[in-house]
Amino acid sequence: MATTLTLKELSKKEDRFTHGHRMCSGCGAPIVVKIALMATDYPVVISNATGCLEVSSCISEFTAWNVPWIHTAFENAAATLSGVETMYRSLKKQGKMDREVKFIAFGGDGGTYDIGFQSLSGAMERGHDMIYICYDNGAYMNTGIQRSSATPLGADTTTCPAGSVIPGKLRSRKNLTKIMAAHNIPYVAQASPSHWQDFAKKVQKAHEIKGPKFINVIAPCNRGWRSKTNDAILLSRLAVNTCYWPLYEIENGTTKITVTPKQKLPIVDFLKPQGRFKHLFSPENEGLLTQVQDEIDREWEKLLKEAKTD
Amino acid sequence: MKPKGWKDLPPGSVVLEGGSAAKFKTGSWRAFRPIWKDENCIQCLFCWIYCPDMAVKVKDGKRGDFDYDYCKGCGICALECPGKKGQKAIVMTEEGK
Repeated sequence: MATTLTLKELSKKEDRFTHGHRMCSGCGAPIVVKIALMATDYPVVISNATGCLEVSSCISEFTAWNVPWIHTAFENAAATLSGVETMYRSLKKQGKMDREVKFIAFGGDGGTYDIGFQSLSGAMERGHDMIYICYDNGAYMNTGIQRSSATPLGADTTTCPAGSVIPGKLRSRKNLTKIMAAHNIPYVAQASPSHWQDFAKKVQKAHEIKGPKFINVIAPCNRGWRSKTNDAILLSRLAVNTCYWPLYEIENGTTKITVTPKQKLPIVDFLKPQGRFKHLFSPENEGLLTQVQDEIDREWEKLLKEAKTD
Repeated sequence: MKPKGWKDLPPGSVVLEGGSAAKFKTGSWRAFRPIWKDENCIQCLFCWIYCPDMAVKVKDGKRGDFDYDYCKGCGICALECPGKKGQKAIVMTEEGK
């Protein structure tokens, strides 16, 4: 079931994630969810790890979801969905169900990189037919901006506050997309809501592949990133163009860069609008800024090399 | 909207219908109001795809006005709007002015 990916055609479809949800003004996560759900016409079942998306989309009495949706704890979105998917396969085998249904798990970076990591890893290894979509906003934004393993180097959070003792987070973020690729699953991709068509194509492609799939999507959070409410799309585009968040996919072990920036911008363009990196621009932290840039250059070169040899 | 008492809620406060959040209007959160100018609109629908609150009405592929019942006034649409000949089709104005 292919959906035509033009805005005109997509706008004719019914919303699967409705208005009236209570995510913050200018949040990136609902944009991610809406694009992911409109990319396909298949009936879907969603499992949602605890996080901003979950707590503000189903506040008592209301739900913003127009599709079957399960709220799971922080650590087991993937495990819950594995069970649902297994039951579906069993029902199909028994002839009690013949509909084609697809399974999607949503989790934030805290529920994916850290707390839900073992259940995600397990589900991917067992080979359940599902897509796990992580919306990465780079910290535990829901509970008040605590650092996660997705928080970038030098970012100021409430548990690694920048000041006279430390200049924000001292460790680099872990590359979960690569970790998932190391599970040798059929499809792993990285996407951004600013490049909506690229993202929707990846979701569509993932639905057609049998087996476990993982898509990591950047989702700006203006509260935690200390930026303006209107720059979620601008920042996610800058993340792509500075190669902080390269858009690529790994299909059966073959790496392909799907969007190459016309001109690779310096990382300061991405860091400058964000208050969480404000301290990096003071003279004593100049070294850290160079370190951030070096790290991004190194990762990008590595990715280019991988895409070339594959 | 008056909140329901415990006697009015289904047992366990179970939600019985999908998409019921539409009954909850978030428009009162808004501090800045987007104003749509039809004459500068090129119907690119970027405002529609990038709206986190599904607050842009589109009918038969054509852009209509904002849904002020839900718009939280973040301003993403105004920033992303390409406009026509350098003139934006969406401008933000302060609420109550």
